[in-house]
This record gives sequence, C-alpha cells and structure tokens, in this order.
Amino acid sequence: MIFLAEHAPAFAIAVPLLAAFVTPVLGRISEKIRNIWVIFSLLFTEFLVFILGCKVLDEGVYTYALGAVTPSLTSPVGFPVRIILETDAMNALISFMVLSIAIITVVYSWKFIEKYEAQDRFYSLLLLLTAGMMGMSFTGDFFTMFVFLEVVSVSSAALVAFFKKAESFEAAFKYLAISSIGSFFMLFGIGLLYGHYGLLNMAVIAKEIILHYSFLDVVALSLLGTALLLKLGSVPIHMWKVDSLQEAPAPVSVVCIATSLVGLYLLFRIGFSVFGLVINSILGWILVFFGILSIFIGVAMALLQNNLKRLLGYSAVAEVGYILLGAGVGLSAMPEVNGFAFEALSGGIFHIVNDVLDISLLFLIAGSIYYITKKRNIDELGGLAHDFPSLSVLFIIGMLAISGIPPFNGFASKLMIYESVFYFNPLLVILGVLGSILMLAVFVKVFACIFLGAPYEGEVEEVPGSMMFTMWVLAFFILFLGLFPQVAIDIFIAPAAEALVHPEVYIGGVL
Amino acid sequence: MISIQFLAAIILISLGLSVAVFKKNLIKIVMAVHVIGSGVNLFLVSLGYRAGGIAPIFTDASKLQMVLPTTQALTLTSIVIDFAVVALMLSFVISIYGHYGTLDTQKRRLKE
Repeated sequence: MIFLAEHAPAFAIAVPLLAAFVTPVLGRISEKIRNIWVIFSLLFTEFLVFILGCKVLDEGVYTYALGAVTPSLTSPVGFPVRIILETDAMNALISFMVLSIAIITVVYSWKFIEKYEAQDRFYSLLLLLTAGMMGMSFTGDFFTMFVFLEVVSVSSAALVAFFKKAESFEAAFKYLAISSIGSFFMLFGIGLLYGHYGLLNMAVIAKEIILHYSFLDVVALSLLGTALLLKLGSVPIHMWKVDSLQEAPAPVSVVCIATSLVGLYLLFRIGFSVFGLVINSILGWILVFFGILSIFIGVAMALLQNNLKRLLGYSAVAEVGYILLGAGVGLSAMPEVNGFAFEALSGGIFHIVNDVLDISLLFLIAGSIYYITKKRNIDELGGLAHDFPSLSVLFIIGMLAISGIPPFNGFASKLMIYESVFYFNPLLVILGVLGSILMLAVFVKVFACIFLGAPYEGEVEEVPGSMMFTMWVLAFFILFLGLFPQVAIDIFIAPAAEALVHPEVYIGGVL
Repeated sequence: MISIQFLAAIILISLGLSVAVFKKNLIKIVMAVHVIGSGVNLFLVSLGYRAGGIAPIFTDASKLQMVLPTTQALTLTSIVIDFAVVALMLSFVISIYGHYGTLDTQKRRLKE
C-alpha cells in the first residue's frame, strides 16, 4: 500500500499506457475479457490516484523523480538526468476527475459501439488518451508536457474519426492540423524558456523567473498561453472543437471535453504557478476577455443549431468561458489573491468539475438518442418522452444543471463566480447571467423539440441498461454536488485553489 | 545582430503558418504543419549549438567543448512526434479524398 502510494504518479501514467497495448491482444481472445481488462486497469489507476490524492491533501505537495533522485546525482558530464512528476491538490483533483470520466465512458461504450468494427482499437486509443491526460496533469516538466499533449491530440484525433464517415475524417483532420500547429507554437515557447534559463522544470523556472524576468518570458508566455487557449477551444479558435465534438461518437466527445479541461489545468499551472509571481493583471484580463467572448459566441451559436451534438458543442464552448471568467479574475489579483479573487478562482475550479459532469450527461443523452433513433437532427425528433420517460428526466437534470438553476451543481459554482466577480466588475456579472439565461432558452427549445409533442413514430430501440446506469451515476453526482456544494468545496476545491495561489509551495516541492 | 539560424527558424515558421492559413489544398496544409515543425526543431537544435563543439557522446571531453545534449534529445523526440502527426494527417487526407474525390477544401461535395 505504501509502495503504491509512493509510486502512484508513475504508475498512474504507466498502467493505462501498458494496458493500451495489451488490449488488442486480449481482444483477439474474447471481447468480454478485453472489456473487463480495460475497466479494471482504469479502476486500478483511479484507486492509485485516490490514495495519492488523500496523501497530497494530508501532507502537501508530493514530488516524484524519475531518474536521479536528487539533483546532485548527475551523469558523468555533470548533468542531472531526471524528470519530475509533481502532485498537489489541483492536479490530484483534475486527474481523479479525468479518470472517473474515462471509466464512465468505457462502461457507456460497451453497448454503444457494440455493432461497430475496430472496438479493440477504440479501447486501446481510449486508454492511450487516458495515459496522455494523466501525464499532462502530473508532469512538472515543460517538455514532458508537450510530449503528452501530442499523445493526447494524436489519439483523440484518431478517435474522432471512429465512425469513418466523410465528415468525421474532416473533423479529425481539422482537429489534428490545428492542434498540432498549436503544439508546435507551444514547443517554440518552451524553446525560448530553455534558451533563457537552460531549464525545463516548471518549478525551477518559476524560481529563476523572479530574478531574471524579461521580455523574452512575455513572448514565451504568450506563445504557451495561445497554444493552450487553442487546445481548450476558447472562442477565436473554437471551430475545430465544435466540429470534432459533433462528429465523434458520444463517448469520445465526453473524453474530448475532459482533454480540454486538462488543457485548462495546464493554463492555470503556467499562469499561476510558473508566472504567478511576476505577471501583472493583464493576463487575468485577457482570460476574462476570452471567457466573456466564449460565453457569448458559444450561447449565440448554440441558439442557431439544429444538430443536437453541434449545439452541445457550442454550449461546451460557453461553459469553458465561465471557467476562464472565474480563473481570470483570480489571476488578475496574483500574487496576493485573497477575498473575492480567491472565491472567483475556487468558483472557476469548481465549475471545471461541474461542467464536465453536466456536459458529459448531455452528450451521453445525445448519444443515447442517436442510438435509439439513428437521428441527429432535433427537427426530425419529437415526443420521445412518451416512450423514454427516464431519459427525459435525465435531460431535464442536465439542462437545469448546465443553465445554473438550483438545486443542481451548475448553480453552486456559477453563483460563486457571479458573487465574487461582482466585486471585480459588475458588468461582467450581467454578461455572465445573460449568457446563462440564454443557455436555458437554448435547452428549453431542445427539450421541447426532442421530448414533447405527439409520440415518436419512427423505429426505436431500447436504451441498454449499462448506458442508463452511467447516466444515472452522473445525474446522482450532479444532484449531490448541487445539494451539498460546501462538502465538495471544503474537501477538494479550496485546497486546489490554495495550491494554485501559493506558487512558492509548488516551487518548494522541487527545491 | 540576430544569428542566421534563428532567422531561418522564424522564416520557416511564418512560411508554414501563412501556407496553413491561406492555402486550400489539404496536402499543402499537411506540408505547412510539417514546415512549422521543422522550423521549431531548427530553433531548438540551434539553441544548443556551440561553434566548434563536439558531439556530446565522448564523455572525456571537457563540458564547455560539447554542444548541449538536452536540446538534441528534445529535437529528436519532437521529430518523432512530428512524424506521427504528419503520418496520421496524411492518412486522414487519403480517406477524405476517397469520400470527396478532391483535395480542395472549397470544392468538396460528397460523392454520390
């Protein structure tokens, strides 16, 4: 147990990575064994991350070194060969969340992709994607971050093309082209930082930056920040995200949402932990600007759509806007974050969790509707509530949660963002509330189109039990976090926000 | 005075970016992504360059004579990643061509 807890960060990356390559072999033997293997390897990783999370919440930052244990152990040339995996409350939270979503996705996919070929490769890529996301969230090193970012974009692009239709290849191409251009710009920024400091470790760079802050760092920060905003699908470059969310199978869309939230985590890590002690409020304002833009354009475009998954994709863009709004207000107050700015940041982090639950539920419902009717256009649907009452109840839960209506979780985090941003700038709150109301309008329209009206007349299939089960699990957590938000905030949101606003603790973990 | 290798890297990156933004042929976009990658690789490897330095495999030489090993390791990794990305993108292009019968992003219509 202690051994596992000690090596948890390395195992959390290694287990899904190795499992990914064993999966196709097991798939040759039997589908059942393969499914059990996939779910068990993910559950084991989740268990590891859970004990790691408990350890981190108890003892503070945990640093795990691959290679040389201490910096003084060097190769004969006098060069320490080591990669740091650094865990604090923030990335423990993110990785736990990502793994839970991956497990839910796998259980949902059992039935959802049952009739398609290439299931082995689907699960294999899904595990690879999970390994990439684990790497992104645990790494304390810029170059490893780039490598795992590319692992994630290659494997998710391949997953987006799973249906092998013309549109899905197009979406996958767009996704891969844009995200790899973004990655190369990020590598350019990393190169600039390396040229300046001769280092790649985030914590050590964060320490050096205080002494040698210059224009070169601003250029590097803007390259890294642009690449990450691109990866998480903030508004000026959101079209690839909407396209890929639309064309991917529903479980893959859910995982794509999770990848963009890991990108958001990296943005926070770079903004707060690495550059937090030197930047002024401009970076925060930039995030707030893109956040507001994402909320508005996301919601406005969602109003126009009649393809259900495309509509959900635009609302996912809008939800990311709220997180950027909260975190931007927090970042603008760095390095002394207290009072309302801290509240805004915790609201933003809480909204990451809530956003992934709400959007995942809605995407899984959209996937189930496609599964039972084989239709994607909301104009062709109608009256499904007669035959599928539980699906409509789930949709109501998801829709109220995403629009921020009590007693669901979206309300809890949006209220935190609103009441703290109000002290920062009241105008931003008005814009945010307006976006939220428009979001409700969008989803009321969708609900009426899909579920109300005369009974649906086309052929329908039953929703399999495993798919219903995953959706009810998500709905349970939505309701739980909505009814007892204080529990979540006390246990893991506030420590995560604390970890972000105290970069000196993060730096101290390595040195 | 800016060194010539950095200038070349910047030129490659901006060339690639402009092609990726303005050209409408899918193959050209793949090439543009690759050129951006090459520009970044050139930038990385020239960061560790030392005039008259030797390869960092002979550990007997003094530290100052060697070129930096880290950037070379980074470049090698990034070349491999670049290769994987371009290969996957080209396979998407093949499938898109199979479905649409054209590589022009403006003219594509589904084949009946």
